[in-house]
Amino acid sequence: MNWVNAVVQGILLGGFYALLACGLSLMFGVMRIINLAHGDLAVLGAFLVWVAVDHTDVSPFLALVPVLGLMYGVGYALQRGLLERSLRAGVLVPLLTTFGLAIVIQNLLLEIFSPDVRSLGGRTGGVTTTSWRISGDLAISKLGVLILAVAITVLGGLHLFLTHAPAGRAMRATAQDVDTAELVGIDSRAVYARAAGISVAVAALAGAFLAIRAAFDPSSGPTQLIFAFEAVVIGGFGSLWGTLVGGIVLGVSQTIGAEIDPQYSILAGHLVFLTVLAVRGRGILGAREAIA
Amino acid sequence: MTVLSIEGLDARHGLLQAVRNVSFEVAEGETIALVGANGAGKTTLLRTIAGAHRPAAGRVVFDGAEVTRLRAYRRVRAGIALVPEGRRLFPELTVEENLLVAGAKARAGPWSVSKVVEAFPLLEPLRKRRAASLSGGEQQATAIGRALMTNPRLLLIDEVSLGLAPLAVDAVYRSLETLIGSGATVILVEQDLARGMAVADRVLCMLEGRIVLQGGAGELTRDEVTAAYFGVRSQEGEA
Repeated sequence: MNWVNAVVQGILLGGFYALLACGLSLMFGVMRIINLAHGDLAVLGAFLVWVAVDHTDVSPFLALVPVLGLMYGVGYALQRGLLERSLRAGVLVPLLTTFGLAIVIQNLLLEIFSPDVRSLGGRTGGVTTTSWRISGDLAISKLGVLILAVAITVLGGLHLFLTHAPAGRAMRATAQDVDTAELVGIDSRAVYARAAGISVAVAALAGAFLAIRAAFDPSSGPTQLIFAFEAVVIGGFGSLWGTLVGGIVLGVSQTIGAEIDPQYSILAGHLVFLTVLAVRGRGILGAREAIA
Repeated sequence: MTVLSIEGLDARHGLLQAVRNVSFEVAEGETIALVGANGAGKTTLLRTIAGAHRPAAGRVVFDGAEVTRLRAYRRVRAGIALVPEGRRLFPELTVEENLLVAGAKARAGPWSVSKVVEAFPLLEPLRKRRAASLSGGEQQATAIGRALMTNPRLLLIDEVSLGLAPLAVDAVYRSLETLIGSGATVILVEQDLARGMAVADRVLCMLEGRIVLQGGAGELTRDEVTAAYFGVRSQEGEA
């Protein structure tokens, strides 16, 4: 029964990783930028929610709403002001730019908020602590289910947006051939900025859930980036459903590793990541298409 | 009425000057065949008119307004559409999506997915197919249809028949003639001289980045164009 429990908890944890990885996957899929500041942007989102909750005493779920809008704007501005310029200088420059951005965000957060570890877990009421008990060994946490449901909703919503909305179609066209997109009347810079906005807003959403389900501090970003990156690579770069699969594979690997020995949790995730990379470099659902 | 006016246009690829001091005008409803050998600068000229390539000097005036500094997508919305060399469809989008994506932010006009399919009947059974799975002729029809979806006042077509089977060329030209008959303004690049001269009102021949010969399609002989095409005339002039 413990193994069943490990798998179930792994799937729930995988929902969180998928949510964390979703924006990273979108940004790579659309503009081929690997955003090394993704984890720190998520943590920035967590701090913004924390500030809102601290000042107004509302539920973190309510505080999320304005933060998502704000972070969309941050992503949009980041693309227009910083990444767009660096993209023109070749593929390596955006990577260095986001690396620098990650350091700037971490240090700003450290400066403003101090290195104290915080959590929003206590501010969400019952969701964080209650669960459905299935049997003696197996309990399903309500928060875990909520996060998995949010991850599936976000990924499904993005999928519908990309396949059916005119703006989503323009995003796929731009991802496939940016020069030709301009030649059929698409403002590719605006499309890129919108993709960055969505990516950063979803990162903030994941960051808020990190703050609710665990704890965070200004230096939490890089670890989250590694998990997100592993989920994306396992699932297949640029494939949204692959990102969900990758997140779940990573989550299950970690909980099964922990079942063998609590020390092996993170290590098991890394090993599965390296194995997938070695055996099938383009990931489980490796995409033919840039974004699907 | 003049739709497009090119004034002293220079375009470079790094050190290579692909278009040298080119000037010409296109009247409303006119069809121009742009001919010349590989590397004569035809593609670069079309891409510069469409805004995909930045000119080093000169002006592009469209519909009385200078568009030289305008980005490509803004020119599309002003009414310039380019069917690029090699078709350049969005490979993972379906035929219909390729058309819709171009029509989304277009200027108002008569073209719609159903109108395009009417003009290119071969596309009807292919609407839900991925563009990457189409044959060359089907891709060219989709690419022209995609350009039409933007309701252009000026349609630029690069390499109409290159790489297409003869039957596919016939089909594409039949649709093109309907289009030209309806009063569209078209500049087309064509390797097949006879085809180009048959549909065009005027022929422009480029050699090494310059326009070396131009005239009404009915007034020029094939030999004259061929001579200009290979630069025979200019060598005789030097001798």
